[in-house]
Amino acid sequence: MTIFTNARLIDPEAQTDTLGWLRLDGNVIAETGTGTPPEGAHVDCAGKCLAPGIVDLGVKVSEPGERHKESFASAGRAAAAGGVTTIVTRPDTLNAIDTPEVLEFVQRRAASDAIVKVKHMSALTKGREGREMVEIGFMRDAGAVAFTDCDHVVADTKVLQRALTYAKSCGALVIGHPQDPCLSKGASATSGKFAALRGLPAVSPMAERMGLDRDLAMIEMTGASYHFDQITTSRALPALERAKQNGFDVTAGVSIHHLTLNELDVGDYRTFFKVKPPLRSEEDRLAMVGAVASGLVDVISSMHTPQDEESKRLPFEEAASGAVALETLLPAALRLYHAGQLTLPELFRAMSLNPAKRLGLETGRLSEGAPADLVLFDADAPFVLDRFTLRSKSKNTPFDGARMQGIVKGTWVDGQRVFEA
Amino acid sequence: MAFRQKHLLGIEPLHPDEITTVLDVAERYVDLNRQANKHSDALKGLTQINMFFENSTRTQSSFELAGKRLGADVMNMAMQASSIKKGETLIDTALTLNAMHPDLLVVRHPHSGAVDLLAQKVNCAVLNAGDGKHEHPTQALLDALTIRRAKGRLHRLNIAICGDIAHSRVARSNLMLLGKMENRVRLVGPPTLVPQQFKEFGCEIYDDMAEGLKDVDVVMMLRLQKERMDGGFIPSEREYFYRYGLDADKLAHAKPDAIVMHPGPMNRGVEIDGTIADDINRSVIQEQVEMGVAVRMAAMDLLARNLKSAREADAGVMV
Repeated sequence: MTIFTNARLIDPEAQTDTLGWLRLDGNVIAETGTGTPPEGAHVDCAGKCLAPGIVDLGVKVSEPGERHKESFASAGRAAAAGGVTTIVTRPDTLNAIDTPEVLEFVQRRAASDAIVKVKHMSALTKGREGREMVEIGFMRDAGAVAFTDCDHVVADTKVLQRALTYAKSCGALVIGHPQDPCLSKGASATSGKFAALRGLPAVSPMAERMGLDRDLAMIEMTGASYHFDQITTSRALPALERAKQNGFDVTAGVSIHHLTLNELDVGDYRTFFKVKPPLRSEEDRLAMVGAVASGLVDVISSMHTPQDEESKRLPFEEAASGAVALETLLPAALRLYHAGQLTLPELFRAMSLNPAKRLGLETGRLSEGAPADLVLFDADAPFVLDRFTLRSKSKNTPFDGARMQGIVKGTWVDGQRVFEA
Repeated sequence: MAFRQKHLLGIEPLHPDEITTVLDVAERYVDLNRQANKHSDALKGLTQINMFFENSTRTQSSFELAGKRLGADVMNMAMQASSIKKGETLIDTALTLNAMHPDLLVVRHPHSGAVDLLAQKVNCAVLNAGDGKHEHPTQALLDALTIRRAKGRLHRLNIAICGDIAHSRVARSNLMLLGKMENRVRLVGPPTLVPQQFKEFGCEIYDDMAEGLKDVDVVMMLRLQKERMDGGFIPSEREYFYRYGLDADKLAHAKPDAIVMHPGPMNRGVEIDGTIADDINRSVIQEQVEMGVAVRMAAMDLLARNLKSAREADAGVMV
């Protein structure tokens, strides 16, 4: 029995931020309260923030296929150091996670190597090729929490219609990437003054709305449970809002990079800022921050994508997309808190509570009986990020050299301490 | 004399005074190039390597000639045929070359920003001879010199850049340079080839040649870049020529003394009518080629001076 005392409790369910104590009973949260804490072994939090551990929806662990970029062991250590207690992995590995056998392999690897909880997503179609659906029933029984082809858009709407209809019958959640595949082909920047100046192949931000509109029509047709992995442009928001008002089972996420960076950060072709979809304008970034605050966009995730130095040290168009972010998700998100744009309970609603709820997980809460997955952090402590101190095997972060605030002091998974600063 | 750059990667980082300096130095090389003895020893003892990752005849030979006339040891590397095919990365190629101690590296690459990347990894002066759809600074400088000599000034002119703007690094560099020197620039072409974002750079956009060319001092035609087109930007070449190709009727809308320019190679009968291109009273296309050698000599001369003083400063620190 452990009691966290003198803690600033961040409760995303109640949307409260209060000074108090929290008592564990084994691997679950027993009770919280204010005033004098009960007797027992104490962890003095010294007024720092105690929040439900982050549930990171959409992490690429490069197993199988590219273990030199990230393994379950390194991703687990990075997650623990970043306050992430549940990793939800993407199936865009080599090969794709599209059969129960491959799923069993990664489950075994994760169970033996990762120090945080790991849940796995399955591909929606075999090889993420958009032609035939995977064995959704088997994969669901084997523990896949959602089905997604990641950044590959299923271009054939007949294939998508069947997959969505079948997934609904299995009670499976489908995650899609809203993007018109033809318009965005070959693009590595968002069209606008900056892309024109740099001479980069660019895609109109409208391609995202077109992808979203198409998928919303498919959801209306099939009644499927659907989550958009990343909404990044203001033009896509009204349609999303209408769909939610009309009662469709639809949610949406955004990556931390699209909330804290904009297209100008690419500067002189800095490939660590190349992500998918490409970084947007400052107006779009602010619109997305507003959408997270209002709850229209439900989930913030890291979209952790490890890339080795070789795949980034190339001309911008040829360089690989993606950034590592398990360890920088929390300090980057705290920029929005320090800027007065989001409260801490709002941030943890998007980082812990909502992704857990969407995947049907018990974690992500501070309420009684919830798993004791917790993060203790100093929201104000400043630091300058050195990418070579990251625990990920790959060091491709856009925040190298950035001044940030927010240091994780400790992380607990099922009541066991997995990280200590 | 103000020219402080370590590399010539684009027009964007240049100050207007630096542009003027390059053009002034180039004027002297124009005179030199017209003499029987065309030799100078400005680059004597220095090594110039031309790395072309994309096909080029005109630009490469212009750089080669410029280096040779200034006394440099010039080496050409045709990169399409070499190690890139064997899987070597751009950075490794750069490091390999760097170990050979070149002083001037002239680079053309099919991807935007590739020359910037390379410049970060070598310790010599790098000249961008065209990177993707980004910049082609020596082309803009030679165009500027041609205009200045033909019009007597390089400011307060109305200049129309016509044709395939979207795929053109020449257009970007020219737009930047002519803007810095306070000219009014118009972009003329079909909307599929003239991105509307260019309005934000302070130029006017026209999709009609007659309107776009009205009362301009300079008509700058661009080549229709067939090799960069990945699918239907225009319905056909004959419709393109009918609507946007420069012929006498369309040119009649410009000022009577307007000059006609083209960076070459020309597609006669696609973007320009042969008789206009050959009209010695209007066309300065051959002059552009001549200015190209002089401008490249000036750019390499200035960069070599900066390189030498930087090396002397370094040596001084070590003493």
